Amino acid sequence: MTLARRRFDALIIGAGGAGLNAALQLANANLRVAVVSKVFPTRSHTVAAQGGVNAALANVFEDNWHWHMFDTVKGSDYLGDQDAIEFMCREAIPTVYELEHNGVPFSRLDNGKIYQRAFGGQSQNFGGAQAARTCAAADRTGHAILHTLYQQNIRARTHFFDEYFGIELIRDEEGAILGALTLEIETGEPLLIEAKTTLLATGGGGQVFRTTSNAHINTGDGMAMALRAGVPLMDMEFFQFHPTGIAGRGMLITEGVRGEGGYLINKDGERFMERYAPNAKDLASRDVVSRAIVTEVKEGRGCGPNADHVLLKVDHLGEDIIAKRLPGIRESSKIFAGVDPAVEPIPVFPTAHYMMGGIPTDRLGQVVIPAADGSEQIVPGLYAAGECACVSVHGANRLGGNSLLDILVFGRAAGQQIINNLKDSPEHRPMSEAAIDQAMAKLTRWEQPGEGISVRELRDEFRKVMEDHAGVFRTDEIMAEGVEKVKALREKLKDVRLGDQSKVFNTARIEALELENLIDIGMAIVLSALERKESRGAHSRPDYTERDDVNWLKHSVYFKEGDRLDYKPVQTKPLTVETFPPKPRVY
Amino acid sequence: MKFFVYRYNPDVDTAPHMQEYDVEVSRGMMLRDALMEIKRQDEAFAFRHSCGEGVCGSDAVNANGQNLLGCTTPVSELKEPVHVRPLPGRPVIRDLVVDMSQFYQQYRAVKPYLIHKDPLPEQEILQSPEDRDKLDGLYECIMCGCCSTACPSFWWNPDKFHGPQALLQAWRFLADSRDQATDERLDALEGPYKLFRCHTIMNCVESCPKSLNPTKAIGKIKELMLKHSI
Ligand SMILES: Cc1cc2nc3c(=O)[nH]c(=O)nc-3n(C[C@H](O)[C@H](O)[C@H](O)COP(=O)(O)OP(=O)(O)OC[C@H]3O[C@@H](n4cnc5c(N)ncnc54)[C@H](O)[C@@H]3O)c2cc1C
Ligand code: SF4
Ligand code: SF4
Ligand code: FES
Repeated sequence: MTLARRRFDALIIGAGGAGLNAALQLANANLRVAVVSKVFPTRSHTVAAQGGVNAALANVFEDNWHWHMFDTVKGSDYLGDQDAIEFMCREAIPTVYELEHNGVPFSRLDNGKIYQRAFGGQSQNFGGAQAARTCAAADRTGHAILHTLYQQNIRARTHFFDEYFGIELIRDEEGAILGALTLEIETGEPLLIEAKTTLLATGGGGQVFRTTSNAHINTGDGMAMALRAGVPLMDMEFFQFHPTGIAGRGMLITEGVRGEGGYLINKDGERFMERYAPNAKDLASRDVVSRAIVTEVKEGRGCGPNADHVLLKVDHLGEDIIAKRLPGIRESSKIFAGVDPAVEPIPVFPTAHYMMGGIPTDRLGQVVIPAADGSEQIVPGLYAAGECACVSVHGANRLGGNSLLDILVFGRAAGQQIINNLKDSPEHRPMSEAAIDQAMAKLTRWEQPGEGISVRELRDEFRKVMEDHAGVFRTDEIMAEGVEKVKALREKLKDVRLGDQSKVFNTARIEALELENLIDIGMAIVLSALERKESRGAHSRPDYTERDDVNWLKHSVYFKEGDRLDYKPVQTKPLTVETFPPKPRVY
Repeated sequence: MKFFVYRYNPDVDTAPHMQEYDVEVSRGMMLRDALMEIKRQDEAFAFRHSCGEGVCGSDAVNANGQNLLGCTTPVSELKEPVHVRPLPGRPVIRDLVVDMSQFYQQYRAVKPYLIHKDPLPEQEILQSPEDRDKLDGLYECIMCGCCSTACPSFWWNPDKFHGPQALLQAWRFLADSRDQATDERLDALEGPYKLFRCHTIMNCVESCPKSLNPTKAIGKIKELMLKHSI
């Protein structure tokens, strides 16, 4: 049978905020753009973002992008690239206005301007008083943004391939990316999409951990596709554990709850954050709060029959604020924790939440292979944006409200750069049969008959290993064991067989393809973590408790081939302002 | 707990059947958790799901005759044995997975995007909190399809009647103080079918997992139409 093919100027894999904002630029410029998503676009996980998106609009308190930049650099524990951070914080302002013009139903202040709330790690005047920089649509900001972007793409007549699964990138001998092999989930038939440029916007991979705020579909597919195409992943050891997941379940309770005045207590009713972060208290940076919670529980001050969580107190805010500003949180707490936050505190514990690392890109969304001397080699035809990319603006720790910002700003920038690049590339490059066969082998591998280990079994085992060996606190011993275990699981993957060989809407096959991706990025995470011998941001080691700027102010770069690690310097020079030199990070 | 689940795989089955499963119930188990457990037992079973927290709208199914989201429905609230079927009235692709294209078509048909014709201000378009409040109960729709697939008028005329979800969205934009296409929007809803096939049976309201009220929105559109015609 011949393989079905389609041709487009641009292929975008992923229909979350990053993919849709890029698509919108391209469709508005009348280019032929295909957006491929393994779920219907509005089911992408951007929909789950609650709290909001940061921009120094100064609608509530005095603010400017330079203060935002300082907070982001500090929040990143100085690992973020300051040129990219400056770009993002400046672009934040027009980006949010553009979203509003596109129809996002932001909450409003009395004067009709966009409502902004306080979030962790935000300050005025370079570390001064708390700022209010997070633009919110109640506690459903991600939903509001994702639906609006989808709607505008309908208007712009973007070409959607809904429920198509991206399997593998196709590249030529020179390493240029020519498109991707996809699978139409409904029919089970492969489809080859040829494109002059391909943008990966596949989101995060929280499913590598057992307890996570991430959806079932967040399996890091794009990152794994990049790895297999010879592109490394950067800073993968930095995985953010959000301090307030619903205990035992992992669903997120937004930081906005603490921004509105909620706070954490231990079994003695003590507001323990006052001990860990005397100034910022409950609004200290996420890594700080997560470690505090885990320490409280470890030292026996946890709540509940198993003393395994702490409580988030909200009832003092009163019925009105809760109903108006936190309706979604109230609903989730009732359903998943069985408590009404207007009456009782919510049981919480850290949950695997966000990947700071990802596919290395420059400020324009172009994928680059970094070399140790700081130079960068562009991968022709390949772009990445959103949570799967690493620009890097989050460094070792992302601030709340900066991820929606990242996906929107860099999704848009990538879209615009693609438009520029397409002007110089009128033709599609030829695709060799060998390259196509290689991609097809990913699919046919799952047609091997016979008995074997099930996908489920290996997936469950893997996620447990990751939780135990690459969680909040990391020692040499624990992680070294983790590396061995993940290697063993990667071997075991060869013995996994698919029982169900049918074609139509075969979700077992999709999960098998996802499992391979999960293990590929799991390996990147444990290996990069084992090697980084310091504590920085989300990467916290009891055996190396200090940040080490002399040896470790650099990005890790992991290549799949040979499980090789490399390093690259941090860009400490901003675009127009002075460098923020590393300082101790206290809140 | 006993479950009877609708199974149909066009690759191997000639006709659909209900298959029995036993699932061990754990504390706080949701219907989606139970379906995932069933998939553990039987890899070939297919259903859509993703976020697990009622925001993505993927896992709408029909359980014991009611359209609902698997992930926000505790199994303890369901009468045993639980009968789980695909959303009614839509072509079944496989097991609990249905073809929702017509539902999405109807959504697109109402031009579900903000149309602002004046030149844009440098900053945000201002909107008073009171005007913004008018969008509450409208913009939260997760497009799960529970409402439209419970609507008798949508079953009979899915090609002509927009159905509750799309009409709720039509009202979402009519109600937005920033939107400047009221006349076009109302004109497009004229005729005996698109809007007027709603017989206020209220199935939609009952089945919306987000407690939204499409019937009320439809009523508001009718009111506005009346106002505009005189
Ligand atoms: C519960 C929660 C709350 C959050 N709250 C906030 C917040 O308040 N503020 C903030 O700034 N950030 C927040 N974040 C983080 C932020 O929402 C995410 O980082 C961001 O939305 C990711 O967007 P994205 O476009 O990169 O990816 P996603 O929205 O995850 O989209 C990924 C897309 O890729 C597609 N895809 C993936 N793999 C494939 C494949 N193999 N083939 C085809 N398609 C594929 C998917 O279908 C999807 O369309 C939150 C995150 C979570 C989990
Ligand atoms: S009220 Fe109207 S839209 Fe809702 S179910 Fe009844 S007929 Fe359908
Ligand atoms: S109105 Fe309610 S039931 Fe209908 S699609 Fe929207 S969220 Fe689902
Ligand atoms: S899985 Fe997302 S709504 Fe149920």
